[in-house]
Amino acid sequence: MQSIAAHTLSFDIAHMLAGGLVLVSLMMLYQDRLTALLHVLGLHAFVLALSVAWQAHIQQAPHLYITAAIALGFKAILIPYSLRHMVFKMGMHREIETVGGIGLTMLAGIALVALSLVVMLPVTANADPVAREDIALALSVVLIGLLMMVTRRNAISQVVGFMSLENGINLAATGARGMPLVVEISVAFSILIAFIVIGVFLFRIRERFDTVDVSALDRSRGGQD
Amino acid sequence: MPDPVAAILLTPLVAAAILAVLPSYRLGAALNMIASLASLLFALTLLWDRPATGPYLLVDDLNIVFVLLNCFIGFTTSTFSASYIGHELETGRLTPLHLRFYHAMFQLMLFGMNLALLANNIGLMWVAVELATLTTVMMVGIYRTAEALEAAWKYFILGSVGIALALFGTILVYLAARPVVGEGLDAMIWTNLLLYAPQFDPSLLNIAFIFLLLGYGTKVGLAPLHAWLPDAHAEGPTPISAVLSGLLLNVALYALLRFKVLLAANPHAIAPGPLMIGLGLLSLIFAGFMLYRRRDIKRLFAYSSIEHMGIIVFAFGMAGPLGNFAGLLQMTMHSLTKSAIFFSVGHITQVKGTQRIDGIGGLTESHPLLGWGLVAGVAAIIGLPPFGVFTSEFLVVSSTFARAPVLAVLLVAGLLLAFGALLLRMTDVAFGPVKGPIGRVHASYIPLFAHLALVLMAGIWLPPPLVAWFQHVAALLG
Repeated sequence: MQSIAAHTLSFDIAHMLAGGLVLVSLMMLYQDRLTALLHVLGLHAFVLALSVAWQAHIQQAPHLYITAAIALGFKAILIPYSLRHMVFKMGMHREIETVGGIGLTMLAGIALVALSLVVMLPVTANADPVAREDIALALSVVLIGLLMMVTRRNAISQVVGFMSLENGINLAATGARGMPLVVEISVAFSILIAFIVIGVFLFRIRERFDTVDVSALDRSRGGQD
Repeated sequence: MPDPVAAILLTPLVAAAILAVLPSYRLGAALNMIASLASLLFALTLLWDRPATGPYLLVDDLNIVFVLLNCFIGFTTSTFSASYIGHELETGRLTPLHLRFYHAMFQLMLFGMNLALLANNIGLMWVAVELATLTTVMMVGIYRTAEALEAAWKYFILGSVGIALALFGTILVYLAARPVVGEGLDAMIWTNLLLYAPQFDPSLLNIAFIFLLLGYGTKVGLAPLHAWLPDAHAEGPTPISAVLSGLLLNVALYALLRFKVLLAANPHAIAPGPLMIGLGLLSLIFAGFMLYRRRDIKRLFAYSSIEHMGIIVFAFGMAGPLGNFAGLLQMTMHSLTKSAIFFSVGHITQVKGTQRIDGIGGLTESHPLLGWGLVAGVAAIIGLPPFGVFTSEFLVVSSTFARAPVLAVLLVAGLLLAFGALLLRMTDVAFGPVKGPIGRVHASYIPLFAHLALVLMAGIWLPPPLVAWFQHVAALLG
């Protein structure tokens, strides 16, 4: 199968969906309520599912539909729903998280998008156009996810940041045409495992402190002992 | 005779399944030891019966070294663990249910590490490293104290970010390989990649390596990505500290080395050496300073691990036959010595009921075997002759002096820093007036002294076949 040429309809839609993912990533940055943040996480995974499904269509790679289905069912519905359940159970749905300068965070996010485009586009000049755009935009999503994990103190927000980071990697993996299925399933699977781990930890943290604010855990900050 | 590679992988997997449902902790500990010993024996058969390379698994001269070391320290740690957990049960820090979980996770971790070492597919290797990480996260948090949970959380978050960056790097390698090797599975097989590496797009390969270095480097514990390491070592059970330092750091390093070989095979890609030298030196000197402020004995030796990983990455960064040889030797010696130190520290903290250095003193008087074991271990780790670490550090320093004297000065400064700090702390805990409880220990001395004996032997006389083997591997690493 020959690669998809730039500026055909297929390419434009793929580009739009990947760009949409970056946009939703940026939306995450300014959510200061946990429930709203979880809704955006659901939207993020939904856009990813659409993007992966489109890749499956244009690459004629039916196995990618499985990845899309996992993204839709597991990441867009199940995880946000259970995290939401957890948030309500812990009575955190009314809390407002201090995000620390929304304007500044947004600027940093925009700078990261610019950085990833500047870094990735020249390097991938020989790759086929769809993969090229996807990789560059995926890197932005990864970096914004990292930014989110750094700026938030709340354990659930950090999990959300990590999930969006994984979504970005999924975008990159599906954009790279013909990447073996092994990897995609493993990514999805590792998220499942990771989620169980996090769930276990969250409940234990909840048991002990009645809070999931990570700063409450900083009793033995590494450098002191 | 079963396929040894399959046996090495299946033994821990089956053992983990059985251990998860085995109610008796004594049986569990015994089975843990037996399974680890079986893996070690199967690993030994690799020396003469080497299976053919497949699309998923690979056995070559490089990973045999790692697999053998992995299985050997896995086995000795399981014997140490058997005596360690008895005490934890008595003091009520762990319950039999916890131990079932702990033993199953231990074997699952060994499976993950062996799989990562034997993988020929870079995607599979990534999955295996992630599996090993997740199992150790679970074990670090097993005491469920506030500190243990914080350590596990920090380890989990930083480890996941690292592993995510490594996956991104892996995808970029695939992208670089696809136009040359073709789509699908072929472009993820390491032996294939090596074959075609000279034709890859160098700029894509460069970016990929940066991600891989940051990603797997986090797991190696390189500064400034090391923040998880001291906490994870200090708050988890001591057998886990021993395998973290002795094995898991090596596995991440191994992944890095595989990609370094790929990069070195491409004439137009950046040389990975300077990056590794920079990060290695930074880790060494940073850890050297941090060692002075430690008041927790397990944290102290965790920083010493960062220091040594710095030296090892530095040596592999210098590359060349001598640099790689020194790096391999240093890695082997560090694994053996550091896990021996943790074996003795584990029993010491159990007797004293504290990990604080100011609560421990006069060990050579109150517990001569443990105390002198620790003294020997520390003497070895700071690089005193006649132990093996001296040989390898001497090789690193002398080969660096010949090629880059400025770097060698920095290297020696870092080594001396760490030397002073560890010597000071060692005299605090080993000599002087006896502090803290002086109860009897039910210690297992065999793993401790077996490791020390091997390190001593390596310092006095390295068997020629081993030297030849390491030289051969060093040449492979380029």
